[in-house]
Amino acid sequence: MELSGGEILIEALKEEGVEFLFGYPGGAVLHIYDALYEQNSVKHILVRHEQGATHAADGYARATGKPGVVLVTSGPGATNAVTGIATAFMDSIPMVVLSGQVQSRFIGSDAFQEVDCVGITRPCVKHNFLVDSLENFAETMKKAFHVATTGRPGPVVVDIPKDFTAPGVTVPFNYPKTVNMRSYSPAEQGHPGQIRKAVDLILSAKRPMIYSGGGVVLGNAAAQLTEFTEMLGYPITQTLMGLGAFPASNKQNLGMLGMHGTYEANMAMHDCDVLIAIGARFDDRVTGEIESFCPNAKIVHVDVDPASISKNVTVDVPIVGNVTHVLDAMIALIKDTGKRADPADLAQWWATIKGWADTNCMAYQLDEKLIKPQAVIEALWRETNGDAYICSDVGQHQMWAAQFYGFDKPRRWINSGGLGTMGFGIPAAIGVQLAFPDEVVACVTGEASVQMCIQELSTAMQYSTPIKIISLNNRYMGMVRQWQEFNYDKRYSHSYMDALPDFVKLAESYGHVGMRIEKPGDVEGALKEAFAMKDRLVFMDFQTDQKENVYPMIEAGKGHHEMRLNPARELA
Amino acid sequence: MRRHVISVLLENESGALSRVSGLFSARGYNIESLTVAATHDPTLSRMTIVTIGTDRIVEQIIKQLNKLVDVVRLTDLTEVPFIEREIMMVKVRAVDAGRDELKRLTDIFRGHILDVTESSYVIELTGDDYKLSGFLDAIGRDNIIEAVRSGATGIARGDKSLKP
Repeated sequence: MELSGGEILIEALKEEGVEFLFGYPGGAVLHIYDALYEQNSVKHILVRHEQGATHAADGYARATGKPGVVLVTSGPGATNAVTGIATAFMDSIPMVVLSGQVQSRFIGSDAFQEVDCVGITRPCVKHNFLVDSLENFAETMKKAFHVATTGRPGPVVVDIPKDFTAPGVTVPFNYPKTVNMRSYSPAEQGHPGQIRKAVDLILSAKRPMIYSGGGVVLGNAAAQLTEFTEMLGYPITQTLMGLGAFPASNKQNLGMLGMHGTYEANMAMHDCDVLIAIGARFDDRVTGEIESFCPNAKIVHVDVDPASISKNVTVDVPIVGNVTHVLDAMIALIKDTGKRADPADLAQWWATIKGWADTNCMAYQLDEKLIKPQAVIEALWRETNGDAYICSDVGQHQMWAAQFYGFDKPRRWINSGGLGTMGFGIPAAIGVQLAFPDEVVACVTGEASVQMCIQELSTAMQYSTPIKIISLNNRYMGMVRQWQEFNYDKRYSHSYMDALPDFVKLAESYGHVGMRIEKPGDVEGALKEAFAMKDRLVFMDFQTDQKENVYPMIEAGKGHHEMRLNPARELA
Repeated sequence: MRRHVISVLLENESGALSRVSGLFSARGYNIESLTVAATHDPTLSRMTIVTIGTDRIVEQIIKQLNKLVDVVRLTDLTEVPFIEREIMMVKVRAVDAGRDELKRLTDIFRGHILDVTESSYVIELTGDDYKLSGFLDAIGRDNIIEAVRSGATGIARGDKSLKP
């Protein structure tokens, strides 16, 4: 079969089982768009800004586990996509970004809409390719999908000069079934000797702690993690990215750890004697001050990426491998040994943890007049039976969603953890809703974040994605305001959101439903009303307490055992 | 802090070098020198990187290099017996009695004089960092008009080899 480059691209997407292509046309990809016009297998989603395309593809990938695919033009198309590529990179999300490039003979001549896309994206991709011939194009596409989805996943950019997609210039098309790259072979099985060492250490613990991260979600190992944790009876905490990999409602779960984690999770981290880190990368928001991180613990670390091991914290028993395989192997070995940690030690450890949990660190004080943001999230949980896909933007609302929406399943919590990209929420929610048209998808956001990709309300209209937007509007960049309150003597420099639009009218002007909720008593009813509109996007503008802060908190330079608790919790 | 000589086999493709150099600048690692050229197998380049860092940083450098998709294999030569060579050409002021002295020093360091004018020599020298620096000190840094060094290359002694 002889095909043009544009046709090869489409055929490759079909071979890879791609359902959606999130994109925006432009000069350098016109040939590709012409090839798209001829087919119905791959559905193109026209976004309103290339950043939106990357976040939508990213949301799709996080919810489904399949790679998100993006098509943008050269120059500004590519640079607009960079924020979304970096977002996916920091959270290890599988994504393939196809970017147009000027004709190969013009590369380097400062041609119209030319940027060095491969150069610009290099530090924020897992790998990238500049297509150098039509003959190699199909193989390059195969490699891109292979690299993006295997090992520690990540975004891959394929930069495609326009002349290689021209109609009429054809080559024989054979899509490779497999790909062989001598320089790329991600780890699969963990080392048996290391697994044995780890199990010995795990079973000898007196004060064990399991700390799991996004790697468990990405590696589809939630079932294994749950079995492992339940068979051991150990306490477990998750990172922001790992929420849902172990059910929030399970009594062994101490909730999230780190900067805005629970008091009991952080205290247990500090006092544990064996720490079992699974698919987590010891991020600075998780560890707090490294000097006082888990001072008395031997550490086991399971990760697919060798570079994550002993990067920030030196570990005692590293295991490099696919988290599913390693957990399966550890479970089998623990069953074989028939041994368990000493029940008396474990009971005493749980009693200590219970003491910390009695602090009731998540308690907050309700108000008669002002809507408390935490209460909105709790009401959202009740309204959606704790089973919605929750996408979020970045800031206080993100932390409250993580703290107060108990996730019992993996891939339900979709947020930009690593890069912290404001504007992520709406496009990500669109991507999730496209993947699961019959599921409930909400976007928890704030009036600052939501304006960063607000134009995608138009995309949501065009493709009828009935997401529910829960905007916690406190008229501040809340997290910035909070840091200014704590660390800058309440000098609220440029964190006030002046001249806000009327979000109800804004939503309506895009053809959606807008609601403004001002009284605590109206929260429950408004949510009920909004979620009853199953086929409409509803923008809910909650006017919330401006002074509310995210607690508890580990401030900069402090350790897990030095949390700042909510002063109002005693009154709650 | 210790000096490490890391040998890297990577795909001989455009952009591979900038992936490596970009990694060092993005993560704030130190590069003392970096040399690269195609090997006897034209699909592969071999790079020698000299870096200085704590054991922990060098461990990260090696892991991060391994993670680059274009990197096929690498080894820290300083962990094994190895040979290090660098070539240097130095243009020196050579007048009067100094001409004989420079010739003698060049012989002692087993260098060659490649170019001669009435007032200057170009001297070629190979060796490790220690030897080349020693030569520059011996001839007197004030006499040097210009010096160019290739950066270190290295290979393991014995049967050990770096193959794809």
